[in-house]
Amino acid sequence: MTVNIVKKPDLSPRQQALFRVGAVLMALVCTGVIMALLGYNPFVVFYKMLEGSTMTLYRFQETINKAIPLVTLSLGSAVAFKMKFWNIGAEGQFYLGALGAAWLVFNLPALPAPVMLPVMMAGGMLMGGLWALIPAVLKSRFGTSETLVTLMLNYIAIKFVTYLQYGPWKDPKASGFPKMPKFGDYAVLPKVFGVHMGWIIALAAAVLVWLLFRRSKLGYEIAVLGESVSTARYAGMSPTRITLTAVLLSGGLCGLAGMMQASAIERSLSATLSGGLGFTAVITAWLARLNPPAIVAVSFFFAMLLQGGSYLQTAMQIPSAMADIIQGIILFFVLGSEFFVRYKVHFVRQAKPAGKEAGA
Amino acid sequence: MQKKIFAVLMAAAMLLTLAACGGTDASSSTPEGNSESSSQASAGIPADQIKAAWLYVGPTGDEGYSYMHDQARQKVAAELGIETVFVENVPEDADCEKTVRDLIDQGCNVIYATSFGHGEWAYNVAKDHPEVYFGHATGYLTADNFTTYMGRVYEPRYLSGIVAGMQTETNKIGYVAAMPIAEVYRGFAAFCLGVKSVNPEAKVEILWTNAWYDPANEKSAAQQLINNGCDVIAQHCDTTGPQTAAQDAGVWCIGYNASTPDAAPDAYLTAPLFHWDAYYKADLESIMAGTREPAQRFWGGMTTGMVSLDTLTDNCKEGIAEAVAEAQAKIESGGLFVFTGPIVDNQGNTIVAEGEKIADADLENADYMKFYIDNVTTPIA
Repeated sequence: MTVNIVKKPDLSPRQQALFRVGAVLMALVCTGVIMALLGYNPFVVFYKMLEGSTMTLYRFQETINKAIPLVTLSLGSAVAFKMKFWNIGAEGQFYLGALGAAWLVFNLPALPAPVMLPVMMAGGMLMGGLWALIPAVLKSRFGTSETLVTLMLNYIAIKFVTYLQYGPWKDPKASGFPKMPKFGDYAVLPKVFGVHMGWIIALAAAVLVWLLFRRSKLGYEIAVLGESVSTARYAGMSPTRITLTAVLLSGGLCGLAGMMQASAIERSLSATLSGGLGFTAVITAWLARLNPPAIVAVSFFFAMLLQGGSYLQTAMQIPSAMADIIQGIILFFVLGSEFFVRYKVHFVRQAKPAGKEAGA
Repeated sequence: MQKKIFAVLMAAAMLLTLAACGGTDASSSTPEGNSESSSQASAGIPADQIKAAWLYVGPTGDEGYSYMHDQARQKVAAELGIETVFVENVPEDADCEKTVRDLIDQGCNVIYATSFGHGEWAYNVAKDHPEVYFGHATGYLTADNFTTYMGRVYEPRYLSGIVAGMQTETNKIGYVAAMPIAEVYRGFAAFCLGVKSVNPEAKVEILWTNAWYDPANEKSAAQQLINNGCDVIAQHCDTTGPQTAAQDAGVWCIGYNASTPDAAPDAYLTAPLFHWDAYYKADLESIMAGTREPAQRFWGGMTTGMVSLDTLTDNCKEGIAEAVAEAQAKIESGGLFVFTGPIVDNQGNTIVAEGEKIADADLENADYMKFYIDNVTTPIA
């Protein structure tokens, strides 16, 4: 028997959505089986996750707190993905954004918050954007793979922040403990309705990215360039200019997420600031089909998973590894479903001589 | 069509957010479950109303620091008949503060934050929740409802230095250290003084991992020390990684936190141990009785049962047991204080003059304790 992998005709958006919802459902079933094997009632566990992420005001606010950076990072990733520029570097751009904001706090005098916060945002976006420009320039100049370069730049960014945390930026008043000084209140995003105002910024960013994709010339150019470079050239567009602008925007949004997280949540900069959200954002952006409103919804769902998972640990004393397993399985199925959206698998009884039409 | 979907989604997102934000700041700091008045503070809390939570920096399976705290948790939970919960892998950043708030949201009224870096985050929450009792291991911040607790583990560490000094054949001893804070410098100095007290020829080399829990790096640091010729590896980090490295390389090791001879049966000599249950039990009893001293700082030595040196294994050479017993008796009787001068650092500076002692305040001061004893070959960073 042989297995043939054949490329499918393009599915309609509705069919694709069905595949993805199916993948999430199968992931939940699969985690349910694992929980049952470990002796937990999966229905109780899922209910507890829901309870832990939404059912009191406090928990809902915590879920929103997680959703804010995820939405912003996913939007950032989506801008680049739209152009088929595979920016896996949201994590690193996030850290550079946080770093830019922190540098301003540590080096500027205590300005009033209405001045300081916009300055920090601008600084964070600029740093995130410039960090994303490196792989873009390398790609347009030397044809390097942006997937690899953005991925590797993540680790450079994280390690650089680690270096600053353990070295030059270490808080001298922390009795030797490697942490950076705290931001003053003037550099902390204020709360609006109990959650830091990043939620307004994230929603505004969603609207702006939606307008960018739907209404703007640049958004159109990005989409055309994503479909075909030669089409874009033929239409008189400059691929280099479009790429650099879009990537600057993509990294800028990720940097903005980092600035918000440093300011509102950590009130400082640390090498563990992101908690890996920059990688999760790649998945949420992809799951949402780069559609800003869907990004808001999917990010919120993932924030529920994160918050519900940490609730599980305390409420049911399920080991923290369990929450990681659940997330891992969901990602596994979601990524796996992408394969089945594009290819179908044939099982052929008799091996035929040239039976490999694999489209990889 | 698409526009409609967008509008609906946006509206839903907005509504959800607004619904979530119906309350204001005030409500976020008094989540349900803790609305009972703080008058309990003086009256005490009955055992069936206690819900105590432990925060660990690593997993409970680290066979080290977090493991020992969790053993103690299980023991006091059984002995006192109270409800306890624990959270593993709590990072030393804003996530820690969130975890503590989550726990209080779930009705916890006693919080034990067991890692140094948890301190300031738990402290932030303590200010918002005067009705919740906090304990912070190894820290220095205090408030009426925020106390610290620690063992004078430098005492058994000094004893373990004696073991290392007498065991080594290459006269090179390795030490894998975690974070560069006062506690770690202090433990390392005590260890080196122990080595020096029995073997002035022996040299000590130290490597830092900059993490409390990092099995892979701890092991590779130990391997590097072994490659440099060290034949006894001691550690101030949370896993048995250095011990397995010693076992693999056929050299000896000194553990930490928990008794783990099984991790390295041919290498394990002994380990400085913590017995946190002594503290937890007394502290919880005082909370239940309403007699907990505000802003207390507990720092117990071997005589309090808080710390000890593990039983020496058969891997130890002859004569070690006697030397250790003698020094231990001296420490316990008050006849020997580990940090008594002359203490000279490896740059030639006299830290403590002959006969003088380092005060507790200085022992907790990272700037003061940041020195290497003169038998350390590693230059200070």
